[in-house]
Amino acid sequence: MSETNTHVKYSSTIKQNSSSYHERWRLMKDLLARYGVIAGGLSVIFAVVLIFFYLLYVVFPLFISAKAELISQYDVPEKSLGKTVLLEMEEQNEVGARFTDSGQVVFFEAATGKTVLVQAVAIPQGAHITSFSQGSPVNEGAVIYGLSDGRAVIVKHQYKVTYPNNKRVITPSLKYPLGEPPLVLDDSGSALEKIAVKVGEDATSIVVKTADTPKGPGKIRLVNFEREQSLFADEAALKRTDSVLDVPVAGIENILIDKEGSNLYLVSADGRLSFFDISDKSSPVLKQAQNVVKPEYKISAITFLNGDLSLMIGDSGGLVSQWSMVKNALNRPEMQRIRAFKVSDKPIVVINAEQRRKGFMTIDADGNMGIYHSTAERELITKRVSDSLPSAAVLSPRANALLAESADGKMHFWHVDNEHPEVSIRSLWQQVWYESYPKPDYIWQSSSANSDFEPKYSLTPLVFGTLKAAFYAMLIAMPLSLMGAIYTAYFMAPGMRQYVKPTIELMGALPTVILGFLAGLWLAPFIEEHLAGLLSLFMIIPVGVMLFAYAFQYIPKPIRQKIPDGWDAALLMPVILLSGWFAFTVSVPLEAFLFHGTLRDWFKSELGIGYDQRNALVVGIAMGFAVIPTIFSIAEDAIFSVPKHLTVGSLALGATPWQTMTKVVLLTASPGIFSAVMIGLGRAVGETMIVLMATGNTPVMDLSIFQGLRTLAANIAVEMPESEVDSTHYRVLFLAALVLFLFTFIFNTLAEIIRQRLRERYSSL
Amino acid sequence: MIMPTRMKAWFKSGSPWIWLNAAAVSTCLIMVIAVLGLVTVRGIVHFWPAKVAQFSYQQDDALQTVIGEIVDTSVTPAAMAKSSGYKMADNEESLVQYQIKTGNRDVSGTDFRWILERNVKQQDYPAEMIVVERREWGNFYGRLISVKEAGKIIATGEQAWPVVQEKLDAALLVFKEIAHLEKKEIGSINYSLEQLRLKQRRLELKNLLDDAAKKQLADEKAGFETEYKQYQTQLNALYQQIRRDSLVAKTESGSELEIPLAKVVRVYRPNAMNLIDKIGHYGIKLVEFVSDDPREANTEGGIFPAIFGTILMVIIMSIIVTPFGVIAAVYLREYAKQGFTTRLIRIAVNNLAGVPSVVYGVFGLGFFVYILGGNIDRLFFPESAPAPVFGTPGLMWASITLALLTLPVVIVSTEEGLARIPSSIREGSLALGATKLETLWLTVLPMASPAMMTGLILAVARAAGEVAPLMLVGVVKLAPTLPLDGNSPFLHLDRKFMHLGFHIYDVGFQSPNVEAARPLVYATAFLLVVVIIGLNLAAIVIRNNLREKYRALEG
Repeated sequence: MSETNTHVKYSSTIKQNSSSYHERWRLMKDLLARYGVIAGGLSVIFAVVLIFFYLLYVVFPLFISAKAELISQYDVPEKSLGKTVLLEMEEQNEVGARFTDSGQVVFFEAATGKTVLVQAVAIPQGAHITSFSQGSPVNEGAVIYGLSDGRAVIVKHQYKVTYPNNKRVITPSLKYPLGEPPLVLDDSGSALEKIAVKVGEDATSIVVKTADTPKGPGKIRLVNFEREQSLFADEAALKRTDSVLDVPVAGIENILIDKEGSNLYLVSADGRLSFFDISDKSSPVLKQAQNVVKPEYKISAITFLNGDLSLMIGDSGGLVSQWSMVKNALNRPEMQRIRAFKVSDKPIVVINAEQRRKGFMTIDADGNMGIYHSTAERELITKRVSDSLPSAAVLSPRANALLAESADGKMHFWHVDNEHPEVSIRSLWQQVWYESYPKPDYIWQSSSANSDFEPKYSLTPLVFGTLKAAFYAMLIAMPLSLMGAIYTAYFMAPGMRQYVKPTIELMGALPTVILGFLAGLWLAPFIEEHLAGLLSLFMIIPVGVMLFAYAFQYIPKPIRQKIPDGWDAALLMPVILLSGWFAFTVSVPLEAFLFHGTLRDWFKSELGIGYDQRNALVVGIAMGFAVIPTIFSIAEDAIFSVPKHLTVGSLALGATPWQTMTKVVLLTASPGIFSAVMIGLGRAVGETMIVLMATGNTPVMDLSIFQGLRTLAANIAVEMPESEVDSTHYRVLFLAALVLFLFTFIFNTLAEIIRQRLRERYSSL
Repeated sequence: MIMPTRMKAWFKSGSPWIWLNAAAVSTCLIMVIAVLGLVTVRGIVHFWPAKVAQFSYQQDDALQTVIGEIVDTSVTPAAMAKSSGYKMADNEESLVQYQIKTGNRDVSGTDFRWILERNVKQQDYPAEMIVVERREWGNFYGRLISVKEAGKIIATGEQAWPVVQEKLDAALLVFKEIAHLEKKEIGSINYSLEQLRLKQRRLELKNLLDDAAKKQLADEKAGFETEYKQYQTQLNALYQQIRRDSLVAKTESGSELEIPLAKVVRVYRPNAMNLIDKIGHYGIKLVEFVSDDPREANTEGGIFPAIFGTILMVIIMSIIVTPFGVIAAVYLREYAKQGFTTRLIRIAVNNLAGVPSVVYGVFGLGFFVYILGGNIDRLFFPESAPAPVFGTPGLMWASITLALLTLPVVIVSTEEGLARIPSSIREGSLALGATKLETLWLTVLPMASPAMMTGLILAVARAAGEVAPLMLVGVVKLAPTLPLDGNSPFLHLDRKFMHLGFHIYDVGFQSPNVEAARPLVYATAFLLVVVIIGLNLAAIVIRNNLREKYRALEG
């Protein structure tokens, strides 16, 4: 191609006589057009850059740290009403609540500390509070006060939102879910030293540790109230179940019951964790007891992570470890440490879990606050929130505010900006130990119906699927297209080439949705039925072709010469069809004879290889079909435009056509062929519809050719329409798009640079 | 292994490798032809009226009648059949099964069943078998018994057939009228009412809603409502008329089923049809396919909205992509100094061509829909908040996204065309005193117009077949209204639309009754393939003509 470059030489012919208005207007137009065209031309670069930076712009917030700023600081409201045992905040971050050790609940404005309401919990005369615990922050936050006479009171704090005069007003109140009269938990009337409660829809479980009495040592009692819907009465009756846990009680500091009310954890200060199965409330079973902190440390804080599947245990050495129920080798549940965070060198004073995500906040004895995310193993922020020893702290339900009380009687109110804690380089690309999984794994599972679900954003299985699909596609496409290109460009008669090239290029114009549809609904069932036939095809066709070629030279010369040179491909079409038919026919009895049934069953029973109907083989064939024209067209161009004098020279020196092909033509054209393969690979990596329709879209990491897969592109197409704008999921999908963009950008840029070089070399030859 | 010398020489000559390479080309060609053939055959036969067979079939020692079309036949060798649990006699070599489309989904619950050939005791094609295409529950197969008018039997036996035809024609006319009233007239009133609501809200936002304006709005609204009531009474009358007649037919099991004619699209007796009847039937079905709305969750009826949406989207895309593509090509060929910048642009063009289409979809959704569209809504359509106008996927964003996607096609093709124009022509024009712009506008571009055309055609072909990005930026499975209608401003760029490619994906993979919908998908695929191959062939022909033309010029 000759480059025309005329503007330098010829642009100023009319400049001399450009005096009149009309002439100036013409020049003006010319100039404007020049700038317009230049802008238009450069806008192509702009478009590519825009796509890249826009994707980056959406992805970027995933990786920025959280921010926290102090909004206000004030004296603890109603300090005289006792020490704080629990701090709470409602969803709008407007009202905070302080539960005191004297049974008072102080509701106050979170931003200013102004008291909104003080309400006393109904503690009966003559009893005093000996223990306190929080049921669960989610589900309207129930708390329980254990009393000195073996009774307990459960109370809930509620917030009603009203809009008088279009202004939001939040009214706090207390409610007694099991009635205002205290529940008798210990008949002997000994004081309740430790207590835990789980208030559910239908059942309420309470576990208490009673104080030692002269009659004997304290006990751990489990009391369960189940709501029984009677057929006739409107009021549901409560059915009570009592049981006593057969364990030494000394040193037990913490009692925790999970959300389902089926697991109970007893924690002693020296770091011993006992775990009971209490699914059957009348007979709790001890499953496991073990030490969870180093001997030299003590447990200083403990809480459930959202979902109650993991315990976050903070020790006096500043380490927070996550313990989760894991099925061990014998398929029995077992508490295992799945990860740990070194938060500080000082003891952990507070651990507070986020209510909607798998994040948590810690505060150490120095008043240093840190926010972490367990799945992503990410430290989002650390900040000093108070100068003296903190006594209580809470993250708001939306995890966007923080309230902390310190020993010097100050309350600190912070705003937290922490949008996307779930994602880190580690959680995207490395193995992550998810809750209730037996071992660390690569998992993509972005959404689920329930709210305390742990999102699993590992892009590794998707990238794996993408590369697997591309690999099998290239395995089919590369030999066919490159060999085809070699033949078409070099050996084929021009008369035939004139038709063959457009036909194969037409193949590239076929919409991929049609290829995908055929692959999914026609090819996949076909292959499932004729697997043996298909596999034998790969052997029988080359053999058939070779046999034909060998036999061809024995055909009498007169007949052979009637066939014009370079029409071999046309000659071979019936041969291939015939050997294809032969392969499918002979494979049926052969399969029955060799494998006693179908090859598919044989694979499954003998080799343990499962078979998905829509698998990598189907994708390989269908996507190979889509990629062939791309590679073919570019490679054919590269081979065809090898300067003729090179080949003619080689032939003149006595090389056979095949030698000329391999030693001269292919070597010269190899950069072009390489770039063809690169562009083909780029296409295979980014292809969406075929993989979407021809695979089961299961994000598994399995190399088997008979298993399905899920690619980055198909994943975007499936999940993008359902993801909420600007959510973490949405941004992760953008990240997947960015990864695809970068993949193809590298392939295409490389290919284009090589091609430009090659073009220069050809023109210099 | 010892090879005969002759064989060795043969291998050494390289000839077998050449043959293998040739085989690769042949394989590719066979694959193309096979795919095109498959789509064509399956797509074409869909509308041909198949014979309805009646089997007398033995199942569990009882004889039953099975009526339906034979859709598929499967032959399984004895050994395989045994391994999948069939009892095979020793002398049987293979197990033959027929897939029968028995229809009558409302009676039997399924559309299809497999039967074993060896249990078929008798198979014939009675002429009186009728097929009823219905608006719901799919096809009905059986025998016509009688025709009812307002619950009274008016014809039975052989006389029923002509009566049914006559009554059905009348019912179809009424149905057409109902559809016209509901979609066109009442649809237009609803649209106007919505516009009134938006107008009121707009005035409210500008604090211009005074009493006069309120009164005017109320008057207009009242006008529309009286109009609506009129149509409503008309509709009620029509509904009463169409619900009057019904036909009674007997199913394969002998039970009788009454089918209201309001739910019937057509009734025919395929076994009694001669060739000309069949061709006529085929033609009618074909016309219905390209001109009608879809029925039964897209699995039956026509695909007109999808064709319409595809064409409209492609037209808007062409309007956007052509100027940009041509300007970029002109810059590359006519203005830019060949060097670093042009290299960079070529790399950019290649990247635009190579970026996966779904990435364009993601970009279009994020940038065009949410950023551009969101801001347009805030600035120009505050009255419709919180419902988005342009801040949601729609026709305009789909067109722009595809324009970006097809830009490289137009650039490459136009550039090639410009390169083929001999420089003597430019030089001549400049020498005669034309400015560069005039040279370009009056000589170069007109000469390159076939190349631009080629590029545009290829771009259109690409856009018509692209699905992945459209799924994100505006295509839906079922759009209630066309993006172009009689309500001003006539072209609704903000509406979602249907698309042939997405239709294939959706009906083939997302519909509840994939088996029944498959023939329709093949037909749709065939249509799409014909359009795209046609466009590509046109592009090739134009390109070849162009080459001839310039060869003459140069020579």
